[in-house]
Amino acid sequence: MVVEPTGPDWQCGCPGRQRPCQHVLGLLLLWSAGPEAVPGGAEPPGWAARWLTERVKSPVQSAVQSPVQGPVQGAAPADPVAAARRAERRAARVAAGAQELRLRLADRIRRGLADPGTAGEWGEVAARMVDAQAPGLAAGARELAGLTGDQQLAGIALLDLLAAAYQRVDELPEPLAATVRTRVGFTTDSAELLAGRTVRDRWLVLGSQDLPEERLTQRRIWLRGTKTGHPALLLCYAPPGRLPELALPVGRALEAELAYYPAAAPLRAVLGASYGTPEPGPLDPPPGCRVADAAADYGEAVAADPWQAAWPVVLSEAALAPGPQGWLLTDGQHALPLDPDTPEAARWLLAAVSGGHPVTVFGECGHQGFRPITAWDDAGRPTGLTAATATATATGAPV
Amino acid sequence: MAGPDQATALLEQAALATVRRRAGLLPLPAPAELPEPAAWDPRPELPDAAARRLTVLLAGRSVGPANLAELLPQWLAEARSRGYRPPAALVPGLLEAARARNEVRADAVALAGPLGRWLAERNPQWRFVLRTTAAESPTDADRIWQDGLFAERVTHLTRLRRRDPAAALALLSGSWARERAEDRLLFLDALQEGLSLADEPFLEAALDDRSKSVRATAAELLAGLPASALGRRMAGRALAAVELAPDGSRLLVTPPGEVTAAMRRDGVAPDSPTGRGEQAWRLGEVLAATPLDTWTETFDLTPAQLLALPAADAADGGTLWREELHEAWARAAVRQRDTGWARVLLGPPPRADRPVRGAGAPSPWGSPRPEAGGLRPGGPSRLLAVLPPAERAGWTAAFLRSHGLGDAFQLLGACATPWTPPLSTAVVAALERAAASGAYPWSHSGVLGLTERSLAPATAPAVAALAADAAPDTAWAETFDRLARTLRFRAAMLAELAGPAAPG
Repeated sequence: MVVEPTGPDWQCGCPGRQRPCQHVLGLLLLWSAGPEAVPGGAEPPGWAARWLTERVKSPVQSAVQSPVQGPVQGAAPADPVAAARRAERRAARVAAGAQELRLRLADRIRRGLADPGTAGEWGEVAARMVDAQAPGLAAGARELAGLTGDQQLAGIALLDLLAAAYQRVDELPEPLAATVRTRVGFTTDSAELLAGRTVRDRWLVLGSQDLPEERLTQRRIWLRGTKTGHPALLLCYAPPGRLPELALPVGRALEAELAYYPAAAPLRAVLGASYGTPEPGPLDPPPGCRVADAAADYGEAVAADPWQAAWPVVLSEAALAPGPQGWLLTDGQHALPLDPDTPEAARWLLAAVSGGHPVTVFGECGHQGFRPITAWDDAGRPTGLTAATATATATGAPV
Repeated sequence: MAGPDQATALLEQAALATVRRRAGLLPLPAPAELPEPAAWDPRPELPDAAARRLTVLLAGRSVGPANLAELLPQWLAEARSRGYRPPAALVPGLLEAARARNEVRADAVALAGPLGRWLAERNPQWRFVLRTTAAESPTDADRIWQDGLFAERVTHLTRLRRRDPAAALALLSGSWARERAEDRLLFLDALQEGLSLADEPFLEAALDDRSKSVRATAAELLAGLPASALGRRMAGRALAAVELAPDGSRLLVTPPGEVTAAMRRDGVAPDSPTGRGEQAWRLGEVLAATPLDTWTETFDLTPAQLLALPAADAADGGTLWREELHEAWARAAVRQRDTGWARVLLGPPPRADRPVRGAGAPSPWGSPRPEAGGLRPGGPSRLLAVLPPAERAGWTAAFLRSHGLGDAFQLLGACATPWTPPLSTAVVAALERAAASGAYPWSHSGVLGLTERSLAPATAPAVAALAADAAPDTAWAETFDRLARTLRFRAAMLAELAGPAAPG
């Protein structure tokens, strides 16, 4: 259900015939009692965002309105002055958090990396960052718990760099500043993004992966514009046990508007108006690049955004080969190791689809190696390598 | 930041070095040589619908109440027999299923084909594939037999026996003396298939084995070879124990007096394990190992005439031995897979008002003296298994019509699957009667499980009608509904394998 209070306008999935239905009225009543009654959230889910954008796009609408959205979206700022004050307060808290984080990281270094530290040490730091309203810094601290040796030093150093960058975020050039804010944990309203500059293209779906997290399932969908060649990454969420409602099967193409989140290396985007439904894409695997180009693409992304861990690329004619430290993907000239975090199942699925022959593989190229996500067989059919089910086309069979 | 704090300075240096290293990521040189790709698989690819079905079966998600785990073996056997090649992306799933479930291993591995072998060469978890596929060369066969795990060696011996019984016997004889007693027993079991007189010398020697159970198994196998020397020895003992009265009106029985060393060597245990009469026990053991031709040839009577004769104790004319005779003949018929005798012993399909003739007991399920474990070695289901499939199904269908489901589990288990239409119809009718009688479905859960796997899919509409007629929200309605759904699933999955034009 989504309510846009200035219209007012609403959309609700309930089957009741009464309009506005009780759900809409209830949410409006809650919200009218005080904006705090409707908890603030990150972004409207895809369908709500789409509905809002459709409204934005319709000629009758003039100004862009911030929506009220249950149960995830907070109320529209009724009072711009109060809103600005709130934003200022939060910025100050995050800055204090960043300062504290830098002290904790420096302490850790003084003790020496060989010091085993205490169990749950990073979890405690992460909790402090959550209190400081910096979820991005919290996630970075949590990730440190799993790192050792050189990786640990690199992780601590990059997190310190992020906290330091935030402390002078106002002096940074705009795209980099946007990147820093996003990584620290400030969210951008997707409706606002879609009201800005969008890119219309025929987007080919290269891969899709569901990541069950603590309280939500995250679905990542990688696209590439067939005209612009731009990569894009869509994220959507669902509560545990449910699947996100945005489903774009691999290998299909969708004519649509995307709005990129501002960043030094733009990748994450939000789906705006789409024209038609996802239709079967070309019968051939998508055009790809050589191994050396993939490494260069990733290098460019890191040069723009130091915290970029991996960059999506399509490799052509890549074959699996055993290497001294595990498996490699090679084009006959160069090779990339498979990312050690690649799940065993994905590795064997890729081996099966290739059968020892060179194939087209889509994945993320990062400093740890290449993490395969989709592979195309000799008939040009895509296979998702990361899902529990083997084929992207698999559906429950009719009974 | 104020003052140049050392730790902070170090972190700044480390961040710089990290970003420099990552931004300058260089690929490795390509390896000198690539592995040999998988061999070309000439089989036609599975139809799309069947490939989607396999995905569902391998994922093991329940589609409604249909039990997918039960249906996977059927799907694999069918797909294999039609000679399809699965899509490459499903091969890892097939190999995982083969690793987890012994009963589907052979079909899954055969279906996975050369790609499956190629993957198995690279993944130690799937190494079993290399040993499951038929040994490519004599050296491979040798290697499995010499170095394989016990289970692999049994599989190898069993497969070889199926292909070339003499070679299997030679393989086993070659290492026989070096095998452990408990292994020898299972290797010996593998000879059950393709048993012939060529195995006799080896089995005869095994009668003197160190291990008691090996000796007993060898005797059991020899008893299944009516022309063997053991059969002749038993016939001598049997004719000493049973003779035809001069007027031909009855059989006169003199049970063997004691178990001699020679009898013991031929597999007659000295003591009755169940404590039933020692005399009856010895008589039964000897007769059950006696070639059935002995009787028809010696007394010049047909099996039916022999079964019709009364039997009396030769000494006092008292004790009636008829029941023991019939039971021993039934055991002999099962061992020797003698269709003629089995048919006569079973008698015509039973009617409700007439007890089943089987092994002479008034009813085959209430033996007056149950054997150990309640398994009657010559019980109707064992005799039934000797008959050709169509006859088996017909007999069982008639039995169901008169006796219902209660005692049919073992009989149904002895029938070939999928069940013939007449048998399927009889099962559905019996289910309907059971539902009408007020019995609970779970009292028939064994039969219902068999039914899900074995009922002819064409029976689905009849079952669906039963589900519709059953009182709503009752256990029977649910049972029939589930059964109908499973049958539709099976029908659909077999249709998909029959051709790409199948309805989805």
